Amino acid sequence: MIRKGSWVEIHRIILEPESRAAHIPVDTKKVPLELKARGFLLETSEIGKEVSIGTLAGRVLTGTLIAENPGYEHTFGKPISELLAIGEELKNILRKKSSLKK
Amino acid sequence: MRDLKHSKQSYESVMKRRNEIMKSSVGIDYAKFRIGALAYDYEGLLKSTGYTLDKVINIQRQTSVGNTPLVELKNINRLIRKISQPGRGARIFLKDESANPSGSFKDRRASVSVYEAKGRGYPGVAAATSGNYGAAVASQSAKNLLRCIIVQEAFDSRGIAQPEILEKARACEAYGAEVLRLSVGPELFYVFLTVLEETGFFNASLYTPFSVLGIESLGFEIASDVKKRTGKFPEVVVVTHAGGGNVTGTARGLIKAGAHNTEVIGASVDLSGLHMASDRDFNRKSFTTGHTGFGIPFAEWPDRTDVPFNSARPLKYLDRYVTVSQGEVFYITRALAELEGMERGPAGNTSLAAGFAIARDMKSDEILVVQETEYTGAGKHPTAQLNLAKKMGIKVKRGDPAENVPGESIIIPERPEQIRVRDVDLGKLRESYVTRALKNLYKQKKECKKEDIEFLMEDSRANSEMIKRIMNEIFK
Repeated sequence: MIRKGSWVEIHRIILEPESRAAHIPVDTKKVPLELKARGFLLETSEIGKEVSIGTLAGRVLTGTLIAENPGYEHTFGKPISELLAIGEELKNILRKKSSLKK
Repeated sequence: MRDLKHSKQSYESVMKRRNEIMKSSVGIDYAKFRIGALAYDYEGLLKSTGYTLDKVINIQRQTSVGNTPLVELKNINRLIRKISQPGRGARIFLKDESANPSGSFKDRRASVSVYEAKGRGYPGVAAATSGNYGAAVASQSAKNLLRCIIVQEAFDSRGIAQPEILEKARACEAYGAEVLRLSVGPELFYVFLTVLEETGFFNASLYTPFSVLGIESLGFEIASDVKKRTGKFPEVVVVTHAGGGNVTGTARGLIKAGAHNTEVIGASVDLSGLHMASDRDFNRKSFTTGHTGFGIPFAEWPDRTDVPFNSARPLKYLDRYVTVSQGEVFYITRALAELEGMERGPAGNTSLAAGFAIARDMKSDEILVVQETEYTGAGKHPTAQLNLAKKMGIKVKRGDPAENVPGESIIIPERPEQIRVRDVDLGKLRESYVTRALKNLYKQKKECKKEDIEFLMEDSRANSEMIKRIMNEIFK
């Protein structure tokens, strides 16, 4: 059970594949246009139920409840080995006395 | 959910109302400025808003926008000279636009739009953008205590989001904006129209006069700061080019400062071969802005936007247009951090990668300005973006960036000399623009009059021979 007033995320299909715009790539036309939005739950409910939320702009949106207190999960991630040596390589060029490579 | 197919909210019926929705949401009657079948009174349109450069600067002072540091990249400049022919290697100065309140030059555009919205009594501001502009509009709205809604194209049909866009959604929410995150597709515009219609909010479009005039201060500051520091205007300013506003506003600001001879070079990340409306291609790119997927179509045909006449006219202001690859931009982003102690977002460094290559061919007493940086953070960072690329099966390796294939490989240069710009043929883009404009006229059975030809020449910098030749082909 997720209490009224909780910060949640909802999901909604905006356009089913058959209602999508005419001139879009085939792969895009095969799938629906989906929406995700976050806000405060207006009535106590459960994941998977149709709910209404109050957004930060003061609007009411409806959709399927998909997450309670949804996080910001994006990260920097693991270091990229292909980038790690660049700094030292460039500093080595700066340390060299001669300019152009012959 | 309700069946929207036959309602007033259906795709078709909302799209039919687009002109009236747009008119009331930007508050400009564009029809007043039409002077021919093609011709528009461009300067008249911009002037009619009342935002002179002084007024723009004053508005931006009040919201701490602009007056960003101009940083000479001393170590990068030494590096350039080490790898260039004797007597070559221009000095690069970097305009550190990340010092703006929301971390990018987009604050300049947002500041004027939000000021206009507030002055005209709109209850809030909305913008359709997945980029830094969303954070900028949200930040400026916060400063003005206006409500704000940002509509993003954010994730593909598998629910995989671009890390850069996730970060932008977080930033917008941090500034108190409602964020609508959509899957891939141009019908984002439909959702945006329904938001404007329901809320009566101001449309902070990237393509209104407000948005373009807000950037003039950037070009003006660059010209004045360089002159103060070095006694002359810069020979070259490199501008990251996408929708055309950045090029247009910066070039206009340079002209207003008197820097008539400064060459304006647009730079985009090469994403050729990737379709911008493709669900599959969406996450096969590591740049969500500043790339050719916007840069080329908006140069060829600027009037593909949400307003009847786009105030961003890239062909009118571009002296040269070049591309760089994704790997080259990631490389220079790392170089900027390790040689200059400035960690900045990769997309904003597109013009730095191009500037690095261009400076090598310039004389050592010349000056090149790279016109922006953007903030960096989780998601908006080479590691985040390259981790996604690897997850999507894109090959990431060191090598010669000339071998890069967008959507298949990202080649990180092995040596700085391998950073190279590739010129986009502006003549071809002019030809394409003029052809499309004249074909439209022909289809509408309208005549191309003297004022239209004059407009085309000025707007695209095509010469009269090119226009006459294309006219003869179409109207024969």
